[in-house]
Amino acid sequence: MTEPLLEPPPSSFVQLLLARVRDFVREPGVLFWVFGFPIVLAVSLGLAFREKGPERVPVLVVDAPEAAAARGALEASPLLSVRAVAAPGAADALRRGDGLVLVRPGTAGGAPTVEHDPGRPGAPAAAALAADALERGAGRKDVVSPALVRVDAPGRRYVDFLIPGLVGMTLMGGGIWGVGYGLVSMRVRRLLKRLAATPMSRRAFLGSFLVHRVGLALVEVCFLLAFGALAFDLRIAGSLADALVVGLLGTLAFGALGLLVGSRAQNMETANGLMNLATLPMWLLSGVFFSTSNFPTWLRPVVDALPLTALNDALRLVVNDGASLAACAGPLAVLAAWTAGSFAVALRIFRWV
Amino acid sequence: MSPPAVLVRGLVKRYGDVVAVDGLDLEIPAGVCFGILGPNGAGKTTTMEIVEGLLAPTGGEVAVLGRTWARDAGELRERIGVQLQETVLDPLQTVRETLTLFGSFYRRCRRVEDVIADVGLEAKATARVKALSGGQRQRLAVGCALVADPEILFLDEPTTGLDPAARRGLWDVIGRFQARGRTVVLTTHSMEEAERLCDRIAIVDRGRVAALGTPDELVARVGGEEVVELSTDPPLDVATWRAVPGVREATVEGPVHRLVVDRVADALPAVLSRAASSGARPVRLATHRATLEDAFLAVAGRSFADAEAAARPGEAS
Ligand SMILES: Nc1ncnc2c1ncn2[C@@H]1O[C@H](COP(=O)(O)OP(=O)(O)OP(=O)(O)O)[C@@H](O)[C@H]1O
Ligand SMILES: [Mg+2]
Repeated sequence: MTEPLLEPPPSSFVQLLLARVRDFVREPGVLFWVFGFPIVLAVSLGLAFREKGPERVPVLVVDAPEAAAARGALEASPLLSVRAVAAPGAADALRRGDGLVLVRPGTAGGAPTVEHDPGRPGAPAAAALAADALERGAGRKDVVSPALVRVDAPGRRYVDFLIPGLVGMTLMGGGIWGVGYGLVSMRVRRLLKRLAATPMSRRAFLGSFLVHRVGLALVEVCFLLAFGALAFDLRIAGSLADALVVGLLGTLAFGALGLLVGSRAQNMETANGLMNLATLPMWLLSGVFFSTSNFPTWLRPVVDALPLTALNDALRLVVNDGASLAACAGPLAVLAAWTAGSFAVALRIFRWV
Repeated sequence: MSPPAVLVRGLVKRYGDVVAVDGLDLEIPAGVCFGILGPNGAGKTTTMEIVEGLLAPTGGEVAVLGRTWARDAGELRERIGVQLQETVLDPLQTVRETLTLFGSFYRRCRRVEDVIADVGLEAKATARVKALSGGQRQRLAVGCALVADPEILFLDEPTTGLDPAARRGLWDVIGRFQARGRTVVLTTHSMEEAERLCDRIAIVDRGRVAALGTPDELVARVGGEEVVELSTDPPLDVATWRAVPGVREATVEGPVHRLVVDRVADALPAVLSRAASSGARPVRLATHRATLEDAFLAVAGRSFADAEAAARPGEAS
């Protein structure tokens, strides 16, 4: 046989990146998690929390002749929505949350009672509103009558708050699962070992994961923001370019975290456990669905140090508040620290076999 | 004189209490096809992977092409091609994409179409790996090891699970490669493959080299020229057979007695009359010339017989 012809090869970085992209587009399930899942969440939550005219506070009243006067007084209030319930099941209805308070007629012509659980969000205010309506129905005269003026603040609806959170959540999932899962499945299949037997540049290999993630992240950010703008009339107060820069820094942080999580695991079970361990606290604590200001003060330093909190805060500053990148310096510094720290540790402990 | 392709001295690899390789020595000259044979768990894969620079040894020395992994890893990786026992290539990439990717890691690589033709996958060039049969995947794995035209080709059980035609196809690939003076190091459980391909063979057992030589030398070491395989009812014990004139060696494998004899024509009448005089009826009788397999069974003994039986459960009689 003749000596084979040898040629200079194509760029290994480009080939590795192409392999990543092909893996991605040839796996339809992944496409759903990246694009479909956040949309499903945005639509369902957006609809659940849709603005429905002025909000009314749900109030339960016992369905009995003695309660007719109280019921009339409650129904006269424009702020309450009143539902009558039969006396036997009334306590259960309150417990289930059918209403925030339960009004019962007073015994032997006494004052009605307003039952509520003060620990339930909104219940104390609902009790005060119900008491106010009852007083007014009984003939109380208002003294000051302050005017109630309605204001419209763009960017303050729930869906405006939600969409940047979903962007952050998507970038976290893509970074940690995309990179971590990809690496571990290659290790499990002994493909990493096979690659380690070639002179492949380690930097090109890991770089291909990161560049692929960053490219995908930019598409994801644009896609979700465009979806928000079209479906929910989301207005981006800041610049789209700034939002993309924030998204890119977040992606680097989560890509590095994914690298760290996937740096040693020898089987899929361990990898799944580690990835859940990394993502679950952030799902719960990082204010994807609700503001982190609800957490007690002692927990705030922990919450604020999480990369997803930082990413969500920075995205909301840019998208909702129109802040500049300089104004996001704090959260961006947190992201940079996670990126550098995870990278340094991951490269040190990474195993190919 | 050029250094040997592979030189291994006192190699040891421990996993906790398990000693996978236990003071193994090997010298593989450049240009030969070298076979490493041995029962399951003998330490073949572990040895290969240490020589390939993928595992760190617990002790001992390894030199490949006169260089060490500690000092010249980058250069050595350019000069060797590797096929691992258990790698699963990315199922979503096509054959051509996979080979292009592997080629891109080297300073110089062969044209992808040439490699595809070499391993006979022309018809599957655009098929994804997940759509390939086991044998086609195995050929692709060998193709990946050949993309940069290495000086040494390491193959760990390259033909396991292949049909006879696919197996011969791979033998041709390996033969063409070796015919250009390149070195091949391969492990196999197939005696036929070892006899066909290998210039030299090391039989490894429990982490050490138990026998070393050309296939002919190993066969000659069995002692006799021919082998009688015989089952009787009721079975007789080995000592009975050893006492028969003309029988050099006797071993038992399940119901089969394996008698190594100088000449079947001389020994067979004596063997049969001993069976008759012991009241045992021959149930099955076969004779063949001594082969590498007989050499093995003599060297690796029972553990190899067990491994063979375990590897072919369907053939147990
Ligand atoms: N990572 C590991 N951890 C613990 N023990 C191991 C590990 N890898 C191999 N061993 C043990 O080392 C011994 C040699 O294994 P090795 O894979 O080298 O055998 P082999 O000769 O290639 O066998 P086979 O013919 O089955 O491929 C076995 O007893 C195996 O159980
Ligand atoms: Mg093996």
